[in-house]
Amino acid sequence: MTAVLSISLDVNGERVETRVFPRTNLADFLREQLKLAGTHVGCEHGVCGACTVRVNGEIVRSCLMLAVQADGTSVETIEGLSDSGEISDLQNAFRERNALQCGFCTPAMLMAAQDLLKDEAEPDRARIREHLSGNYCRCTGYQAIVDAVEATARARKGRRP
Amino acid sequence: MKAAAFAYARATSVGNAIALLVEHGERAKVLSGGQSLMPAMNLRLLAPELLVDIGALDELRGVTVRDGLLSMGALTRHADLQKSPEIAVHAPLLVAAAAHIAHPAIRNRGTIGGSLAHADPASELPACMIALDATIVVYGPDGERRIPSEDFFTGIYETRLSAEELLIAVELPLARVNFAHFFDEFARRRGDFAMVGLAARAIVEGDRLAGFRPVFFGVGDRPMRVSAAAGLLDTVVTPDLLSQALRALDDELDPPEDQQASGEMRRHLAKILFARCVAQLLTRPELNAGWA
Amino acid sequence: MSESFTKPQALSELDRPNSYIGKSVPRPNLDRLMQGRGLYVSDMELPRMVHVVFVRSPHAHARIMAIDSSAAKRMPGVVAVVTGRELSVVVTPWVGVLSHLKGLKSAPQHAIAIDRVCWQGEAVAAVLAESRAAAEDAAETVVVEYAELEAVTDMRTALDSATPVIHSSLGDNLAFERVLDAGEVDAAFAASDAIAQAEFVFGRHTGVTLEPRAVVADWNAAEARLTIYQGTQAPHMVQNIAALHLNLDESQVRVVCKDVGGSFGIKVHIYADEMATYALAKMLRRPVKFVADRIESFNTDIHARDHRCKGRIAVKRDGTITAFEIDDLTGIGPYSMYPRTSAIEANQVVNLVGGPYAAKNYRARARVVFQNKNVMCQYRAVGHPIACSVTEGLVDLAAAKIGMDPVEIRRRNLIADDAYPCASPSGLRFELLSHHASLNKLLAMMDYEGLRAEQARLRRNNIHRGIGIASFIEVTNPSAAFYGVGGAKISSQDGVAVRLDAQGAVVCQTSITEQGQGSESLTAQIVGSVLGVSMERVRVILGDTDQTPYGGGTWASRGAGIGGEAALQAAKILRKNILDVAAAILQSSPAELDIANNTIVNISDGTPRIELRELARIVYFRPDTLPPGLQPELMATRHFVPRQYPFAFTNGVQASWLEVDTDTGFVKLLRHWVVEDCGTIINPQLVDEQIRGGVVQGLGAALFEKCIYDERGQLTNANMADYLVPMPCEMPDIDIGHVVSPTAESELGAKGAGEAGTAGAAAAVANAVNDALKPFGAIITEIPLTPQLILTALRRI
Repeated sequence: MTAVLSISLDVNGERVETRVFPRTNLADFLREQLKLAGTHVGCEHGVCGACTVRVNGEIVRSCLMLAVQADGTSVETIEGLSDSGEISDLQNAFRERNALQCGFCTPAMLMAAQDLLKDEAEPDRARIREHLSGNYCRCTGYQAIVDAVEATARARKGRRP
Repeated sequence: MKAAAFAYARATSVGNAIALLVEHGERAKVLSGGQSLMPAMNLRLLAPELLVDIGALDELRGVTVRDGLLSMGALTRHADLQKSPEIAVHAPLLVAAAAHIAHPAIRNRGTIGGSLAHADPASELPACMIALDATIVVYGPDGERRIPSEDFFTGIYETRLSAEELLIAVELPLARVNFAHFFDEFARRRGDFAMVGLAARAIVEGDRLAGFRPVFFGVGDRPMRVSAAAGLLDTVVTPDLLSQALRALDDELDPPEDQQASGEMRRHLAKILFARCVAQLLTRPELNAGWA
Repeated sequence: MSESFTKPQALSELDRPNSYIGKSVPRPNLDRLMQGRGLYVSDMELPRMVHVVFVRSPHAHARIMAIDSSAAKRMPGVVAVVTGRELSVVVTPWVGVLSHLKGLKSAPQHAIAIDRVCWQGEAVAAVLAESRAAAEDAAETVVVEYAELEAVTDMRTALDSATPVIHSSLGDNLAFERVLDAGEVDAAFAASDAIAQAEFVFGRHTGVTLEPRAVVADWNAAEARLTIYQGTQAPHMVQNIAALHLNLDESQVRVVCKDVGGSFGIKVHIYADEMATYALAKMLRRPVKFVADRIESFNTDIHARDHRCKGRIAVKRDGTITAFEIDDLTGIGPYSMYPRTSAIEANQVVNLVGGPYAAKNYRARARVVFQNKNVMCQYRAVGHPIACSVTEGLVDLAAAKIGMDPVEIRRRNLIADDAYPCASPSGLRFELLSHHASLNKLLAMMDYEGLRAEQARLRRNNIHRGIGIASFIEVTNPSAAFYGVGGAKISSQDGVAVRLDAQGAVVCQTSITEQGQGSESLTAQIVGSVLGVSMERVRVILGDTDQTPYGGGTWASRGAGIGGEAALQAAKILRKNILDVAAAILQSSPAELDIANNTIVNISDGTPRIELRELARIVYFRPDTLPPGLQPELMATRHFVPRQYPFAFTNGVQASWLEVDTDTGFVKLLRHWVVEDCGTIINPQLVDEQIRGGVVQGLGAALFEKCIYDERGQLTNANMADYLVPMPCEMPDIDIGHVVSPTAESELGAKGAGEAGTAGAAAAVANAVNDALKPFGAIITEIPLTPQLILTALRRI
């Protein structure tokens, strides 16, 4: 029974039907089987947040989810959010503000930020920091990231920064 | 690290889940939200042979009010606690506590059933359930059992749940008009496990506490409902009375030492939380000043 | 004073039309990082690649009696299990010493331990399999028989006669000792009006790069060539060392670094498990991938900053500081790290204490002792945080002793802005610093007087806020004085090759490397500015020893100052060559032409004459139309090395404004300021972001971070839940200002900025906490400043 199991799911809008070992977590499945390496692995114990993806529209830690649990779900990774244009304004804000340096935390940071902006139109800086509280960045010290998310929120609300 | 290999079964019903647990006993583990189980397995601290995934059991989802009780299915997620209108009305303590549980992505997967069955002494929900006088509903080969939350937690990661049982729901009495609550914890960083925390439900009548259920977590091997509160019931709480209660608390608590804090530190923080709690419940901020 | 330029040429290079220098242009090529299409080594896959997992010692010190890998070899997917002895046939051991650190001694270290393990986490065997998971399964079945030995885990007793000597061949556990005695220290203390002293204790730190260390080593047996894919900061150094220890020529080794998920110095060193990975690839003749998982990272990435430093300061009633004295002790690992040595950090502490101040009397002793703990080596700001915390802590103690404001005592003692060039008592040569201008700017930015008034007002309501100031100096742009003189094959020069391609775009190859600080951008900005070409047309190639000039890489804040100057000089030559050709094509003279906006223009009125694209077409495809004898050269290479000053010192000052909850011991960081002088700034936003990131690492040190070892040498908090790194909610906003004192060593005038934030942040916080606790008479000279430490100092528990 440790043998492979069949799963069927949507990944970035594409139907994926394949087989996985039970122990393969969603992060490794995306990275190694589907070659979607934009989702990163930083700790494998659910603390750093680098592995954040969306499952059925909600952000989750893909290192704490098994690929088999994603059967029948819709998974979205940073590649999907980028290609659809959903976060292009947020990415532009990150670029303008240099809200990334090495880029390793960035896919997850963008996912978490977009998760906040989808639900809240005018998060203040404390609220932004709170929603990103589980995403570790060693390079930026966070301020530029907060600035970029704040600027995006304002722009989406139709006001100029 | 990568988890050791295991077999996987997705339960099709509660009965099916129980049958699998009966068959495999200690060699099986229930997979609910996975937010506590998966880190342990990824670190190879745990290596069960079989995971029984209960994620497809929709009958374990949902928050309903019926028969004078608020019933929350075991698969209710921490994120659901924050959004449920019923919980906002009948258990605002849970809404307050949920904001302290880890981070948004974890709250989207973590379940109350998983959290209660895992029984980490530093976690929020076990203490909240005791404060709310909740009943833990479990189901096993011999049918359904109802266990008062006060009796459910027996040690570090230990509960009255047997290896063949599934936690299926949590029931709370409905809120009454003079119910009040308090929740706070001390953690080094937002979302970290608490050094010490306090969950409390009270009945406030005028300027008195007609009922008071303060439950600490992070002070021992299980959540602790303290009897030091007894002297504060049905009376005007003076600073002296509060000091007495705090001294009683001092005697009652014997918190452990670990890397985060010494026993003394935990005891000290617990007293601060208690004073804050009483002051907030009675809307008397002056009670919280200069007592220590 | 500091804003004047001495060389008119410098003005012209930095002030060209459409210059990018001094502009906060967005970094090119961020899209791939933001779309999840980065090229990190941890993502790499090669055909027939196997994964290596190391069996690691659970003991801090033990003899290896036997290794039984028979069960492991039979596990599914396993390709090989290799012990240290088997691997030693392919890779030779090393010793982490440099000759200029007199007396530094260390024992030979093997890629995989043979006979004895000396720290918990040291590798004793390698398991190679088709997947990481399969290799881990097999590693669990390797049976190692150990005979435990006593572990040396307390630096304070490491040199006691009763303490076992870790390497008997060395005679004792002393790796290195340095003493310095400048001026008349005893006389100064005797003549002082007040003396303050304290022991400063620092937590052991580690870098926690979000992408762990990752290597893919690919030995192509047919070509007899090893390609190492690794996120290293110094690819040529890795090339040299890999070749040396694998018995290859350097030309047989290629090192490729693409995107790196964070380094901060962690990935500039030579690690045993990485050397083992190179050797295993050669042994197995197939690609081998090693990615440290997070637990391994905590146990084997270099640690740093584990110091206990006794400090004394002598001061006169009028505030004049007359002497500093320190006795520093640091406990490293069982080996001095290779090749940069584990003595540099302590050496820097000795060099840097007292640095911003005019006091001429200084005595120091630093001892580096071996421990059975993880190895220690250079991590962002190397030694500066220790030196700054000790210096600035002592200065505040001195101020308190004589009842002087901490800003006032600094005003009276910081080296005057017009005193340059000058030297410190420890022999550091300063070209031009701006301590006073920086301090003045800082005080204005933070509204010092306003904060003092607010502090006083809130104190009356039992709210305790503190202000902490920390001045610092910073080593950047190191010359060969840092490593080369000691025999290390670590280059202190860098080179840039720049060419105009056949479409009129520019290709740049640079030997500096990128870990997110903006090396690619600064190179493109400089080249674009000097050549008059828009940045979108400049492509930068770096991180590949086959494709770039030979150089040092990016570390010790040298990328902008050294690599940037090489880019400037190379681009100048190319511009000259282009103008020579343009003059020939246009029948003009080079002096009448310039390049702006990708076009040759008249220098007099900017009239466009011919586009670079067209010039390139002619040169590459229609040289028959050029005047006879003309051999156009549209490629130029220049290297740069600092020759005058061993280091380009920068200076700065930081301030922390925080609140201490005296009931709970919790510290809330309200705001932080930095004024930094790093000379010419190429991209202000990138510099400021480097400072912010560095500050937050220092804030982590001040309040949260510490590797906790028990007395048996077990690292007890080797995970992200228990080793506390700074997360978004606890960090403040950081305001940054600049003073500009360019270095005359280069036309660019740029010094480094990468480590300044980390150098002074913890010192500022510690001073702020003590400032907040002044009414209680509590003084704490230990970090991290945990709530428990603070409550204990307040006698609340």
